Parts: sequence; C-alpha cells; structure tokens
Amino acid sequence: MKMNRRQVLGLTAGIALVSATGTRFAFADAPATEKMIMDFAGGKMPATGKITLTAPEIAENGNTVPISVAVESAMTDGDMVQSVLILAEGNPNPDVATFHFTALSGTAAATTRMRLAKTQNVIAIAKMADGSVFMDKKEVKVTIGGCGG
Amino acid sequence: MAAKPKPRIKVPKEAKVGELVTIKTLISHEMESGQRKDKEGNLIPRKIINKFACDFNGAPVFSCDIDPAISANPYFEFSAKLTESGAFTFTWTDDDGSVYTDEQKITVS
Repeated sequence: MKMNRRQVLGLTAGIALVSATGTRFAFADAPATEKMIMDFAGGKMPATGKITLTAPEIAENGNTVPISVAVESAMTDGDMVQSVLILAEGNPNPDVATFHFTALSGTAAATTRMRLAKTQNVIAIAKMADGSVFMDKKEVKVTIGGCGG
Repeated sequence: MAAKPKPRIKVPKEAKVGELVTIKTLISHEMESGQRKDKEGNLIPRKIINKFACDFNGAPVFSCDIDPAISANPYFEFSAKLTESGAFTFTWTDDDGSVYTDEQKITVS
C-alpha cells in the first residue's frame, strides 16, 4: 500500500512508543497513571471536553517543556473549576503539578514548564466544583530527556 | 551551594475593575528532582519548591502543588480578576521548610 511520508513517520513513532512502554521498571506506566486519574476524579474516568492542554508536538529539551491548560468556565458560583492535575505518563513519577483556582483567578488557565523523561503523553484533568471531571491528553515527542539520567 | 532563591514577578501596576490581569512568576531554584546521580553514582536527594501560592489582599487567587517534574526555576503564569486595589503576595515553600515571599501592589479603578 502506498504510504506518504507523514504516515511512515506516524507508524514509526507508534512502534517506538509501544516498544518504549515495554521497559517498565524505570518509568511509570499507563495503568499506574490511570489509577491516579481515577483517584483524582473520584473513581470514574473523566469525560473529554472543556479542558484544553497545550503542549509542543516536539520538545527539543526535555528539561523544560512549556505547557498550558485552559478550562472553559465562568469561574462564578455554579460554574467553577476547583483544581487541574497534570500527569506525565512516562516519567519516573507521573505527578507533575496540581493547580488550584478560585473565583479571583478570573479564568481557569495556567502555564508552566515541566520535565519530560522521554516521548510520552501529558495528561491534564480538571475537577469542577460540582464534581464533574474532564480530561485532555497530548503526546509530546522528546529529543533529549529531562530527568538528568 | 545554590544562591538564595530569587523571585521575579511581572504584574501590571494598574487594571480596570473586572479586567483579566496576567501574572507571570518565576523563582530561581534548582528543583533537584531526586532522580539525578552524583559522580559516585549516589542519588542526589530531592530538594524542590513544593508549593506556590498567590493571594490578593489576603484571599487566595491561585496556588500550585508542585512535584519534581516541574522544571528548574519554576515558572507559573495565571490570571486574576480584581474589583479593588491592593497587593498580591506570592509564597514559595521549599522541601527544607524555607519560605520565600514577594509582594506587588496594583491600582484597580
């Protein structure tokens, strides 16, 4: 079958990702991360929507990768974001940060810089005041890993 | 070994009531993750800023629980929506118990 360059690159990245997740002992794996998501979400898998995670497709330097989150919310009584949890599925520990917002925040949006040990998914989960939970996920390719190893 | 952590804040000096104000914060800190090894192969112990908080006139605006995956010289950008003039206070807490603070006034009209 005829494949264009983009498809070949995508397939190669997919194969690399699958074989990378085989080396489990040094890095957190997807099931461990999934448990953290469920714990934060109160025992259920979050829905998609409302939250947008922005991260570069390719991070030249895994030591400092800029990421942003934004959650659609009026940030007033009845429509408020409580916290946003950021996880890195393939880091030695998936926890990255938890942002806490208030009505004074104005918007439930924040930017920071994080470390990525290798190519992996970054996950952001928003917990609303009414208990509903939303999630976004982005794959970031890392050329130089950022865990100092 | 590291110099004393130095905060750097960027906040406008003025804003209108209800206007979204963008706040950029930085503090110099190595954020030793606990993953690195020294020349002898021993793990260098973790030492990071583990919490950042921004208050306005004593009320919380934004805060962050920080894990070792946040980069050195932790940077946080967020917003505030104010209805009165006053002062932001910024607090960074180190694993070793040290607390670093900074303050910035703003006129809201």
